[in-house]
Amino acid sequence: MIAALLATPQPMSVHLAHASAWAVFAVGAVLILSGALGVVLLRNPVHCALMLVITLFGIALEFIDQSADFLAAVQIIVYAGAVVILFLFVIMFLGVDRRERFMREPFRGQKPLAVILGLITLAEILVLSRVGNWSTGQHGVAGDLNGPGENIQKLGQSIYTRYLLPFEMTSALLVIAVVATVVLARQQSRAPSELTKDEQAGVAAAAADKAEAKR
Amino acid sequence: MTGDPLFAHGLNLAVWIILVVKVIAVFAIVMVSVLFMVMYERWAVAWLGVRHGPNRAGPRGSLQSLADGVKLFFKEAFTPARADKVIYKAAPYIALAPAILAMSIVPFGGTITVAGHTTRLQLVDPPWGILFFLMCSGVAVYGIMLAGWSSGAKYSLLASVRASAQMVSYEAVLGLTIATVVVVTGSVHTSAIVAAQHGGFLWHWNIIHTALIPFALYSIAATAEITRAPFDLVEAEEEISGGFNMEYSSIGFALFYLAEYANLVVQAALITTLWLGGPDGPRIAGNSVGPLWFFIKVMVLLYIFIWIRATLPRVRYDQLMELGWKRLIPASLAMLMIVAGFQVGRWWGLAAFGGSLLGFALLLRAIDVGQDASAMEVQISADAEIPSGRGASS
Repeated sequence: MIAALLATPQPMSVHLAHASAWAVFAVGAVLILSGALGVVLLRNPVHCALMLVITLFGIALEFIDQSADFLAAVQIIVYAGAVVILFLFVIMFLGVDRRERFMREPFRGQKPLAVILGLITLAEILVLSRVGNWSTGQHGVAGDLNGPGENIQKLGQSIYTRYLLPFEMTSALLVIAVVATVVLARQQSRAPSELTKDEQAGVAAAAADKAEAKR
Repeated sequence: MTGDPLFAHGLNLAVWIILVVKVIAVFAIVMVSVLFMVMYERWAVAWLGVRHGPNRAGPRGSLQSLADGVKLFFKEAFTPARADKVIYKAAPYIALAPAILAMSIVPFGGTITVAGHTTRLQLVDPPWGILFFLMCSGVAVYGIMLAGWSSGAKYSLLASVRASAQMVSYEAVLGLTIATVVVVTGSVHTSAIVAAQHGGFLWHWNIIHTALIPFALYSIAATAEITRAPFDLVEAEEEISGGFNMEYSSIGFALFYLAEYANLVVQAALITTLWLGGPDGPRIAGNSVGPLWFFIKVMVLLYIFIWIRATLPRVRYDQLMELGWKRLIPASLAMLMIVAGFQVGRWWGLAAFGGSLLGFALLLRAIDVGQDASAMEVQISADAEIPSGRGASS
């Protein structure tokens, strides 16, 4: 986008349009990055969830910059309006706010593994952005959503014709997840002797947590 | 997209000034209508309860809400010691801002010509149209949730948890019923939704076009979404002593009060826009009086909201959730399918209708089985005598 701005001399209005699009992108990027940093660095889980909301707003802004209006709206409605609300619900309901221990890792070797995977992902994004520009979603390559006309109509048409199978598979996946959650949540509690070794360890750890929280 | 004629000739100073005036006007409309609404509600509730109502400040007590506002702003702004300071201060603004923003997409009817510039009586008509309202109500949840949590009090926290579950549940109903309107209209723009209902008092309105049921579902869900009686569980004073705004005083409390009534007015305006034809109505003396019709419809709706509040007792929490998940959401989904089916063709519509009936039968059976199972579980846990250690509690 910047390269295009610098390369060819253009009339003033085009410059202005480019500049404003770039400004929107910059603000969105700052929101995304600062939100993401906040999620990782802040101590209080509720604050982390709110920083996640800021990231989601930044992403919505970038969607608007790409003229993907419907995606921007859905981003706010679904992610900020429902998903993070449910995160907060769980955080408040379980009372895990206020204190969190960073020293105990959920499983061994998590931190080095996270660093390695993060570096691999970063390298992948950099390579892909050099190879082609689909990963950056430039205006010229955004595919079916290009051109004039209503966003929703075009999205609906491509989802229900060309991408019908992936769409239905995704919804089936979600339904399976919901059913699995219900099954897990409604499982009958078993006697301690029936638990596996791992589960016994988990129960002991939870009891230790509870004792510590009481102190 | 056919935009506002104001921008037809590009931007210049006059257009900017008109735009700013429109922004201020919408803000003022919300504020003034809140002041009015508080009085309207007090008078109406008093009348319905055979009481006098406010009758001291001003003629017939008409300055009471103004007096309350002044009083609130001069009180001490108290912050509890256990509060999360930043969020505690920010929460009232987070609650108020979406309520005012949602008013910006409401078309009040027709156009107006000022100094040679014609403009619509609607602040913005964004490409995401009515979805903007869903965005606003999605964000509005944060105000109430964070207020309750950041107060650092148990009762407030309970209200937060209630608010989050309640508002997210009922948002699904709002979304599905709005989708019904969008399917009938073929556009998400509020201006297009209003234009499609134009002409023929009542007959072309969406309330008729979508066969009444989505309108009823939407109205119930809207009442729950703005946590108004009989769904005002987040501020149930008998159970959680005031709820999410228990610790707030002064400006914070005033802002929550403002947000609550702003939400009510906006909701009435949106019901008018979505279902009751917006500014549509017969001409009076040859003049098109859209804004007047809009005003009348909103007033009637607000009265109905007050009437419901004065009549119905508060529901229990399990009743609220049961109504939302087991009745309203399936019903609104079924109505969406049926209306969409009839948009395609008569046989598709009838097929969707049959499918919905089948779905409801399955749902009722599932609820029945579930209730039997949970009753059995209770029986088992009552019968089982565990001598020591872990009980049946999960």
